[in-house]
Amino acid sequence: MMMSVYVRRRSVDVTSKILMGAATLVGVFFLFWILWTTLRFGLAGMHWDLFIKDTPPPGTNAFGLRNAFVGSLILLAVSLLIGIPVGLMGGTWLAEYGFRGPTANAVRFINDIMLSAPSIEIGLFVYAIMVAPMGHFSALSGSVALAILMIPIIVRTTDEMLSLVGSDMREAAIALGAPAWVVITKVTWKAARAGILTGILIGLARITGETAPLLFTVLNNQFFSGNLFHAMANVPVVIFQFALSPYANWQQMAWAAAFITILFVLALSLIARWFLGKVQVPK
Amino acid sequence: MSGSDVVLPKIQPLSEKPKSAGISWHLSADFLFHKTAVFAAFLVAGALFATVIAIAYDSRTSIHVFGIWGFLKSSDWNPVTQTFGAFPFIISTLISSAIAMVLGVPVSFGVAVFIAEIAPAWIKKPVATAIELLAAIPSIVYGLWGLVVFAPVFAKIEPWINDKLGAIPGIGLLFQGPPMGIGMLTAGIVLAIMILPYMSSIMRDVFLIVPSSLRESAYAMGATTWEVAWNIILPYTRSAVVGGIFLGLGRALGETMAVTFVIGNSNVLSASLLMPGATIPSVLANEFAEATTKLYVSSLIYLGLILIAVTLAVRFCAVLLIRRLGRKEGAAA
Amino acid sequence: MSSDRPQGYSLASVAVPAKSHDVAEPVVACPLPVKIAARNINFYYGKFHAIKGVSLEISQNRVTAFIGPSGCGKSTLLRVFNRMYDLYPGQRVEGEVILDGENILTLKSIGPLRARIGMVFQKPTPFPMSIYENIAFGVRLYEKLPRSEMDDRVEHTLNKAGLWNEVKDKLSQSGLGLSGGQQQRLCIARALAVSPEVLLLDEPCSALDPISTAKIEELLFELKENWTVVIVTHNMQQAARSSDFTAFLLEGQLIEYQPTRKLFTTPSDPRTEAYITGRFG
Repeated sequence: MMMSVYVRRRSVDVTSKILMGAATLVGVFFLFWILWTTLRFGLAGMHWDLFIKDTPPPGTNAFGLRNAFVGSLILLAVSLLIGIPVGLMGGTWLAEYGFRGPTANAVRFINDIMLSAPSIEIGLFVYAIMVAPMGHFSALSGSVALAILMIPIIVRTTDEMLSLVGSDMREAAIALGAPAWVVITKVTWKAARAGILTGILIGLARITGETAPLLFTVLNNQFFSGNLFHAMANVPVVIFQFALSPYANWQQMAWAAAFITILFVLALSLIARWFLGKVQVPK
Repeated sequence: MSGSDVVLPKIQPLSEKPKSAGISWHLSADFLFHKTAVFAAFLVAGALFATVIAIAYDSRTSIHVFGIWGFLKSSDWNPVTQTFGAFPFIISTLISSAIAMVLGVPVSFGVAVFIAEIAPAWIKKPVATAIELLAAIPSIVYGLWGLVVFAPVFAKIEPWINDKLGAIPGIGLLFQGPPMGIGMLTAGIVLAIMILPYMSSIMRDVFLIVPSSLRESAYAMGATTWEVAWNIILPYTRSAVVGGIFLGLGRALGETMAVTFVIGNSNVLSASLLMPGATIPSVLANEFAEATTKLYVSSLIYLGLILIAVTLAVRFCAVLLIRRLGRKEGAAA
Repeated sequence: MSSDRPQGYSLASVAVPAKSHDVAEPVVACPLPVKIAARNINFYYGKFHAIKGVSLEISQNRVTAFIGPSGCGKSTLLRVFNRMYDLYPGQRVEGEVILDGENILTLKSIGPLRARIGMVFQKPTPFPMSIYENIAFGVRLYEKLPRSEMDDRVEHTLNKAGLWNEVKDKLSQSGLGLSGGQQQRLCIARALAVSPEVLLLDEPCSALDPISTAKIEELLFELKENWTVVIVTHNMQQAARSSDFTAFLLEGQLIEYQPTRKLFTTPSDPRTEAYITGRFG
């Protein structure tokens, strides 16, 4: 009698283990399937002209993505320029001034909600506050949208990493008579820098492939442009438009662009993970 | 005191100017630094409210014309006649996300338990990394892959689904239609893969904070891995697990690019899951750039407002539930 | 120094040889200037009354030790002297702490105070920067020195802390790479570099091995030539070995304050005797 109960329990256990292992395999399988596809089609679409010529007009057989690559780099750079100061200072306020108080906890709560905001909503928001009033699409508004997506990530990691820095170190700096801003900028930021940098890298990885918010803000530009106040070519929207186009060369370019984007994002994610493994916050 | 043999350091009254003139500048820099940090935190918190307000404000034209119930229940979306209704998009958004949850939640749970409890140490890290990299893949790549690679494969499976599931009375209605490979079910499957890493990493993280004493005492009584996972770990972490599921749901509801590629973009609602549809995000992505009239743009933003209302509620619950476990932990410590 | 001393323990009063065997005490042979006078200190952590009406005077150029079982308020009292409690909103102090004639508890700007009263903590806390920068950090808060003078200051203070010979070849390396004892001496050097007059040490050896501890005790002996030192320790042998005066605190009250040798040989309070003979704590 007892043995039969045991046998049943064992078989449930073994079955569940197999099912959960299978679930994991499914996840890993899809990862490799998607990566393999991108690699195969992406390499097929690789062409030197991608980097030195601009996107061709429809119907021609030319290749070129230069304007989109440059545009995306500009967009990302400007978003970092906006996102890093705001995110860093916001996270610093939480960890160094707000502590566990009710206001700080409310801000943390809202930040966590923003962290999971669908990017399309942020795109609509920036459309409403920037594009509509200005009357036209602009690279700057796209960067603002990307920055808003990145800021919650930076805020959260900065807050967490600064909170890990021991109060001993802070007290030691204060006991020397250092004012708060010197303690923060020279001591605690430095102590937490690897973790904060990881947050920035993760944030950058998150926004690199973002497409939806750009449809409402930067849109696209067939030509090369460095003007922040006009529509600008960018990789994600080019992928979107080219992939759904009827032209074979455009579709190939979409894959090549997707391949390069994925390489960039995966590299960022892996560097961030590696960095996080090295994080050793002095207590 | 003059007879003392100790050397007195020169004494400087504290109320006088200090050793350097740097202190007053420090004070104002301190003030500025503090206020900058406050301002940044205010921006972070304010962005949420500003999003809702700005989108609600830009929907006003459409709200004025169609009202609230009128817009929600109308199935008529016709830019030519300038009549707009949200019903089909709301239903499609809910259905595609529901499919994603039905498929994604059990798999995510399995992955989380596998990584936290079952996997041998040498496999743990690479597998966890691989699953998390799924989250790093941009959604547009999911869309591209779904359209070009997955949909043709799925189109070959669809006749089988027609035959088997479509033959079941009642729910068979859900599985009929031509094998196109794209449609609601495809969108749901792609969404399930996309939200898998988010849900499983939250579940895994909360599984790992279950006190090892609890785990060990169950194992000590002879419980199997499955019994520990299902009867000890899951009840302990239930609120956070549900929170993680809600977080996945929030993602699925708002996901734009991947769905836009594979859902087929039909504004007509169909009973079958194999038929094309259009979710709120997909219709926004497809039509926004072409929207010419003020009412058209406003109606699209109105759709966005509905989406925000729903995802905000879902995300609010998600964060609340995940934090509850954190508080429980804090109280226990 | 101050003629109208309020109630409480005054070194002058205990230092006056009342009994014949006290005459041999070298520390009381000359009248000692008072560096810090605490008067009727009450300290609260929120509602908890942590220090109850403590008054005592700290002699200049001497090492004064605070001993007592954990939770007796000895660290709290030390942290009153440089107003560390200012950092924490729930903490509150009453009374007066007179440093060279000025009440530091009512000062508006505490930067200069902390320049004059250095503090070293229980756990070594080197900042995440090079050894050189660790020392220069504090100096730059108050002085703008040319590079060569800063080099001299760094060398001088590292010498004072007995660390120079061990680190002179790796000044640009991270302070976190040093051993625990070296880290703690680096922290002492860092505090000295600002040229304070008083050095507060909060259980500076509790995280260190015996050899490092011995080095720091040796250092204390040299430090008092130029500085007034107050050390909190849970280690009675350490207090007996390295201090000139010892205050024994219990449950927030000052039980006894005597020249160290007297306190450890002929304590006047039975509770002190119970503590130093190891009957509790």
